[in-house]
Amino acid sequence: MVPAEVFLTFILLLSIFLGFELINKVPATLHTPLMSGANAISGITLVGAVGLVGAVDDPDLSKWLGVAAVAFASINVVGGYLVTDRMLAMFKKKEG
Amino acid sequence: MENAIQFAYVVSAALFIFGLKQLGSPDTARRGNMISSIGMLVAVVAALLSQGIDYTWILIGVAIGGVVGALAARLVEMTSMPEMVALFNGSGGIASLLVGAAALDPENNGTFTLVTIVLSILIGGLTFTGSLVAYGKLSEKISSAPLMFVGQQVVNGAIVVGILGSAVMFCMNPADPTWLYVVIGLSLLFGIMAVIPIGGADMPVVISLLNSYSGLAACAAGFAVNNNILIVAGSLVGAAGIILTQIMCKAMNRSLSNVLFSGFGSGKQDTT
Repeated sequence: MVPAEVFLTFILLLSIFLGFELINKVPATLHTPLMSGANAISGITLVGAVGLVGAVDDPDLSKWLGVAAVAFASINVVGGYLVTDRMLAMFKKKEG
Repeated sequence: MENAIQFAYVVSAALFIFGLKQLGSPDTARRGNMISSIGMLVAVVAALLSQGIDYTWILIGVAIGGVVGALAARLVEMTSMPEMVALFNGSGGIASLLVGAAALDPENNGTFTLVTIVLSILIGGLTFTGSLVAYGKLSEKISSAPLMFVGQQVVNGAIVVGILGSAVMFCMNPADPTWLYVVIGLSLLFGIMAVIPIGGADMPVVISLLNSYSGLAACAAGFAVNNNILIVAGSLVGAAGIILTQIMCKAMNRSLSNVLFSGFGSGKQDTT
């Protein structure tokens, strides 16, 4: 059995190449919304935090750290997507 | 059930990739953001479906964070959006730091996991304070001029050496949290030190770079808790953020190192 670390590193490598390829010839007006949209995706830490809080039964330090992580990551996710949407909505109005 | 959750993560990764692609062209950008947010929803719902989860605290955390984030995004002035993005980015960074710290289990963690825990704490920590400084500079809460002092580069070098040293010490005896506290403290300090010498006008580039870091922090946290979707989404953001930073620098006819060390350059010009 190949160790899990090897699979995970494979995934990492391919995702990095994909990330490089995805961002190509982006017009300057989209730089800020794209940055903001990508930032919202980095709130994916929320999934890791949810898993951690769910796995710990005792209300010990790990659990409270996990709950704080859930709250902060939720700010990142919810705020990030909403603010990106607001930026892009503004764009449409200007063009139309 | 576990298989279904993993497949849901695959779907969510596909939605992120498709969403990012569409975000790159003006006609589809808004739809792209929507698709990417659906990807996030799928991933979070899948994570919640894991068996034996205690929902109470998760829901409280999500509710607090969701309300704060939604209010901040709705109420912010149109002109203040970049600094709001910096704040959101900072909260993503601190979340990765906390996940790394919460994942620590000295008796069961192997060296590989310990290294990824240190990485998620280190990158998450410097993203957090770096983003706060970027926010402060953009909103003029602190002076947007480059802040320089004598021996700054020496101090920064010492911080980097300190971080590396204490990280190694921690990985060698993970049962003693002292070195971990040192890593946390120095990472937070390093985020501040890295951003204060950069002028306020260059902050958008800095935020883009910090955004890339917060992706890498999420990716490291993914290794620490063994979660594919964190690794995929985190490294996508990490790579996309670096490229975007490069593009933004090129649009200003400058190199990334020129932006990052611009304060040092201007300091030298002043003295000569």
